[in-house]
Amino acid sequence: MARNLSMKDAINEALDQEMSRDPTVIVMGEDIVGGSGSPGEDDAWGGVLGVTKGLYAKHGDRLMDTPLSESAYIGAAIGASTCGLRPVAELMFLDFMGVCFDQIFNQAAKFRYMFGGKAETPVTIRAMVGAGFRAAAQHSQMLTPLFTHIPGLKVVCPSNAYDAKGLLIQSIRDNDPVIFCEHKALYASETDVPEESYTVPFGEANIVREGSDATIVCYGLMVHRASEAAETLAGEGIQCEIVDLRTLSPIDTDSVVESVENTGRLVCVDEANPRCSIAADIAATVSQEAFSSLKAAPQMVTAPHTPVPFSPALEDLYIPSAEAIADAVRKTMAP
Amino acid sequence: MNDNVFPLGKEDLLKAYRTMKTIREFEERLHVDFGRGEIPGFVHLYAGEEAAATGIMMHLNDQDRIASTHRGHGHCIAKGVDIGEMMAEIYGKITGACRGKGGSMHIADLSKGMMGANGILGAGSPLACGAALAAKTLGHKGIGMSFTGDGASNQGTFLESLNLAAIWNLPMVFVVENNGYAESTSVDYATAVDSYADRAAGFGVPGVIVDGTDFFAVYEAAGEVIRRAREGGGPSLLECKMVRFFGHFEGDAQTYRGEGENEYNRENNDCLKLFRARVTEAGVVDGGELDAIDSEVLAAIDKAVEEAVAAPLPGAADLTTDVYVKY
Repeated sequence: MARNLSMKDAINEALDQEMSRDPTVIVMGEDIVGGSGSPGEDDAWGGVLGVTKGLYAKHGDRLMDTPLSESAYIGAAIGASTCGLRPVAELMFLDFMGVCFDQIFNQAAKFRYMFGGKAETPVTIRAMVGAGFRAAAQHSQMLTPLFTHIPGLKVVCPSNAYDAKGLLIQSIRDNDPVIFCEHKALYASETDVPEESYTVPFGEANIVREGSDATIVCYGLMVHRASEAAETLAGEGIQCEIVDLRTLSPIDTDSVVESVENTGRLVCVDEANPRCSIAADIAATVSQEAFSSLKAAPQMVTAPHTPVPFSPALEDLYIPSAEAIADAVRKTMAP
Repeated sequence: MNDNVFPLGKEDLLKAYRTMKTIREFEERLHVDFGRGEIPGFVHLYAGEEAAATGIMMHLNDQDRIASTHRGHGHCIAKGVDIGEMMAEIYGKITGACRGKGGSMHIADLSKGMMGANGILGAGSPLACGAALAAKTLGHKGIGMSFTGDGASNQGTFLESLNLAAIWNLPMVFVVENNGYAESTSVDYATAVDSYADRAAGFGVPGVIVDGTDFFAVYEAAGEVIRRAREGGGPSLLECKMVRFFGHFEGDAQTYRGEGENEYNRENNDCLKLFRARVTEAGVVDGGELDAIDSEVLAAIDKAVEEAVAAPLPGAADLTTDVYVKY
C-alpha cells in the first residue's frame, strides 16, 4: 500500500527494510546513530538531518557511528564489501569526498577491473548534495560529474521519494560501488511510496512530463525547476518533455536521444558547474547521436563556474532557476 | 639429528624456507628480466625482506585478509598466490592473476585472502580494517592485516586506521615494514619518532619491534599479535626492521645509499643465509635438504617465466570487460 512519504522517510524505510532482509547490510557514518558513548540518548541524532533516526533501536550495532575519519571508515566500508558485507556508508556531505576520494576512485571503483573481474565491491556511499541551504562553498556542491567520470562507479541522484526508496534498495543489492546522492532540498518533498520493498533499475530515465516541442534533461532538484518552467511554457503554447535521468552512471542516453528525435530541441539542466558536467555530456552525446534531428543548438543551463556562494542573495542566483530553464527553451524555439 | 629447538616442526621449517627462497628467486629473476627489457611498467622488488612476509603469513589462513603494498610480490607468494599466475600478470598476459589488467602493483587473489597489492601508499590500512570488521560482524575467526612501508606509515590513512581499529576493537594487525627508505628518503628524515611501535601507544594499541631479517623473531612476534587479534584482544602494530636488496623500483640507481651498503646487507643481513645457518647449525635440517629446495624453486620460477612468456596477451575484447557487474 502506498502512502505519502517524504524523501527522508523513504530513504530511512529503504535502509530499514534492507537491514531486516539481509544481515550482511551494515550502516556506518558520522553521527548516523548520534550520541555514541555520550551521556545522553543512545540514538540522539540519527544523522545530522535525522535520515537514519530510529534505525538503531531496531538494528542495534549494525549501525555504527564513526570517528571523523572519512578515509578510514569509507575505506573500511569498501574493504568490508569485498569480504562478505554490504555496507552503506554515509559521507554526510558529498563535499567531504576530498578527504577520502582515494578510497572511492582508486580503490572501490577499480577493484573489479584491476583484479581481472575477480572482486566484487557492493558498497553504497550515501551523501547529501546540492545548494540552497546557505551552507556555503564546502557543504553545497553538486559533484555528480566528478564521480560519473570514473569508470567502475555507479552514480544515483533521485528527484523524489518514490525513486529514492527504489534506487537505494537497488544500490544496496547492486554488486558495484554506488554513490547515492541525496539532495538536501528534497528531503521534505513527498510522493506516494509503497510500503513494500521494491527496486528502481539503474540506467532507466523517467519521462516525468511528455511534450512535443523541446526536451529538458535533468536530475535531482532540477527536475522540479524544469517542471515549473514547463508549466510556464505550456501557457505560451510550448510543450516540453522532461527526462529525469535518475542515474547518471549508468546513464539512459537512449531515452534522451529518442525524446530529442521527437522534439528536435534539447535543454540540459544541471545544478553542477558547467565544465565537464552532466549537461555537457548529454549535449555532446545528443549532438553526436541525433544531430540530424536537432532544429536548434542544444542549450545548457547550469550553475555558473564558481564555488557555491554563501550570501542568500548570491546563492539564489547560483542555482539554476525555472526562469533560466524557460529562457533556454525559448531560445531553442526562436526562428 | 638433534632435538628441534625451534617453535616449528621440521616440515614447517622447510615450508618457510621454500617460501622465502621462492620470493627471493622470483625477485632475482624479475630483476634480470626487467633489465633485459622484457617486463612492462614499474616493478618493486621484495628481495631482502622475505623473513617478514613468511614469518607472519605462516600464522594466517585463507580466511585472513591482507592488504599489501606496491612492493607486494613477497606478500602474495607467502599468502599462497600461484607464482605462475603472478608471473603471467607481471608480463601482462591473459592467464595472469588479474587477466593482465592489474600488473605487478595490483596482484590480488581474494580466494587466498590477498586483497591486493596497491599502488597508493597507505591505502590498504582502511581496507584491511574493513576485512577485520567483516570478520567480526560475520563472526568468523579471521583477521585483517595491512602492510605499510616506513614511508606509507606517515599517511593519514594509516594513522586514522589505527584509531578506528582501536575504538572498534577490530581483529587487526598493522605491519610496518621499515626498510629505512621511503623511495629514496631516509626514515630518519621523514619520521618524527624513533620507532613506529612508539606511535602505537598514541592509539592505545600494543606496538612491537622485531628484527625483520630474523625469521624466528618475526614468527614469534607475529604469532603473538595475530593470536591477540583472533581472540578478540584487538589490534596491534608490528614493526619489522628490514633491508631492501634492490632499489625502490627497478631502474633505480640508488645513489642515496651509503657506499657498500647493499654489499654489506647481502653479506650480513640476508634473512635466507641467516635462516639456513640457524637450522643447519642446530642440526634440525640438513644443508642438502635446503639445496634440494633451492633447485626445485629455481625450476618452478623457470617454468613460471616460460609459461608467462608463452601465454597469450589479452585481446581487444578484454579492454572493456570487468568494469561493472552489469551496466
